[in-house]
Amino acid sequence: MYITLRRDTPAPGRRALSAVPANVIALGAVSLVTDVSSEMVTAVLPLYLALTLGLTPLQLGFVDALSFGVTALLRPAGGRVADRWRHKPVAAAGYALSALAKLGVLAAGTALGPLAAAIIADRTGKGVRTAPRDALIASSAPAGGEGLAFGVHRAMDTVGAFLGPLAAFAVLAATGGTYRAVFVVSFCVAAFGVVLLVLYVRDRPGPTPPVPPLRTVVRDRRLWRMCALAAGLGVFTISDFFVYLLLQRSGAVPLLYFPLLPLGTAAVYLLLAVPLGRLADRVGRARVLLGGHLALVAATLLLAGATPAAPMVVGVLLLHGLFYASTDGVLMALAAPLLPDSSRTTGLAMVQTAQASARAVSSLAAGALWAAWGARAALLVMAAGLLAAVLAAARGLR
Amino acid sequence: MKRAWLALAAALVLGAAATVYMTHTAASTPAAPPTSLRGGQLYFRDGGGQVASVSPADPDGSRQRSGLRCDRFAAAWPTAVCLTADVTNGLPATTAVILDRDLRETRRLQLAGIPSRASVSPSGRMVAWTVFVTGDSYSQGGFSTWTGILDTRTGYVVTNIENIHLYLNGGRHHAADVNYWGVTFADDDTTFYATVSTRGATYLVRGDYARWEARAVLAGVECPSLSPDATRVAYKKPASGRVPWRLAVLDLRTLRSVDLAEPQGVDDQAIWLDTRTVAYARDGDVYALAADGTGAPRVLVRDATSPTPPLIPR
Repeated sequence: MYITLRRDTPAPGRRALSAVPANVIALGAVSLVTDVSSEMVTAVLPLYLALTLGLTPLQLGFVDALSFGVTALLRPAGGRVADRWRHKPVAAAGYALSALAKLGVLAAGTALGPLAAAIIADRTGKGVRTAPRDALIASSAPAGGEGLAFGVHRAMDTVGAFLGPLAAFAVLAATGGTYRAVFVVSFCVAAFGVVLLVLYVRDRPGPTPPVPPLRTVVRDRRLWRMCALAAGLGVFTISDFFVYLLLQRSGAVPLLYFPLLPLGTAAVYLLLAVPLGRLADRVGRARVLLGGHLALVAATLLLAGATPAAPMVVGVLLLHGLFYASTDGVLMALAAPLLPDSSRTTGLAMVQTAQASARAVSSLAAGALWAAWGARAALLVMAAGLLAAVLAAARGLR
Repeated sequence: MKRAWLALAAALVLGAAATVYMTHTAASTPAAPPTSLRGGQLYFRDGGGQVASVSPADPDGSRQRSGLRCDRFAAAWPTAVCLTADVTNGLPATTAVILDRDLRETRRLQLAGIPSRASVSPSGRMVAWTVFVTGDSYSQGGFSTWTGILDTRTGYVVTNIENIHLYLNGGRHHAADVNYWGVTFADDDTTFYATVSTRGATYLVRGDYARWEARAVLAGVECPSLSPDATRVAYKKPASGRVPWRLAVLDLRTLRSVDLAEPQGVDDQAIWLDTRTVAYARDGDVYALAADGTGAPRVLVRDATSPTPPLIPR
């Protein structure tokens, strides 16, 4: 009797989560493992450069610009290959390239050129795999359940981001501060991620649909609208580093705790990714996406106006995490079903590139505004711009 | 089911490989009992991270180990500073330990970030350091340098000097992206030189600690080190081609610069052994080189970094 009752009326949360397809869980597990690996490297790379190689992190500043450019070009190209051929091999190639790049960093030693090449290879692998992976999540999810699928995937991904630095520092503690061991362990973890992908992730079922010529794909009005949406919102999205830098400069956060700030955002993101994904499926993805940007408007205003104290820091981090939880996966969940199955990966890659480019512009613009008029004016301009972009998008998406 | 076995096998093989590598590379060197600073000795950090000293007259002779482990070390009688990267609590942090002539700890400062530079003023009164602070993947590409100064006489410490009044091209400069690094103090314990970077350019600044201001002197000068007669700074300048940095010496009166005879790239804040010779770390050894652009670099101390000038007891 009791058992029957339970079977008939499961808890709503449980029913929703059991609706997440195994393939999405598999992709989430791959991302989790891979993120542990990549965050291990991210956490110790500056230490390794400065303490073991005697290099200045500044010297690798150009790597950021270069990998941004390479990724922006290769992401749509990888998407196109995935559309024409298969998704899983392209994603696997991206994961494998990033894994091998860990050994590349080790092999490069102090040689700046090879070191930069290894770091760029790592980020290129990330750029190439993202769109095919997101296309697989979208095609694995039941129609109308994309928001939840992306939410589950992003939450698992963020767990990996949490564990990575802990794993890195555990390796350092166990080896008496041997940075090279971190790269070797990171490679082993990444290789395990590739094994999981090969064994457990299923490519999209059925034969590859006939792929329209590239001309037709890029002329798709829905794709342009998605790119315009991502870019329009992205250009007024204040960069993470600004948020953390401003929080630190407000005096409300002791210097020592500065590196903890991103974890605050990530914790909120982790907790809210699934509920907001479900909400997006229920009330509409565009609504949640735009609502998330309003949370960022609020965070920006709070940074500009509130008295610097602990409640302000908590408020900003809560809103910042809310922004990520209601936008990162939700944008993909919004875009994927609107794009034709035959060119979805290319389309998602273009949306991601549009967003990344707009955010790069935003970062430069905010820096210039800050230098010219001060931090508060820069924040107010960004908040006003983002509010206008949200209103315009609300009208355009109707 | 077959998949699960394959996944398990992969986990075991990769886990075993990781464990074997970790146990293979785990570092362990016994530490020597602490000793005091000794006049006339040249101090440095050996390849294992331990502070040691040699006689400058016989740098290949016996090494006196101090038992102190640092990632960056600097000293000027009667003060030493030891920066260590602390990774045990899960975040990169730096501990700056200030030591007296007996290498006894007098002050301990907890800083965020990664040790980069350390220096002590010639009198031993002012201690300066630079750490790198980086975000994680949620703040891609973002980093800043935080430079701090401690006055050991008053005990007053500034953990980040970025709010010092900065003048570029004669006017007061306000910008968000101001980063300082590589402080070098003069004999008067208030004049210092340092590098500031803002809006993509770097400048040598001449700072006044007492008046809390810094004025740009020249662009493109990084990690300055003031000569004992205070007429020149040795510095590293961005170079084109295969090496990222070259060593040079700038005459502060004429603002004329001469490249030193070091063909290899050097990323270090050099020190002055005397008014005619600089020393710096390169590829794990400390080299000495004439400060006027002549001669050739010679190995001063093998397997060493963070050199100090020979200590002069006062």
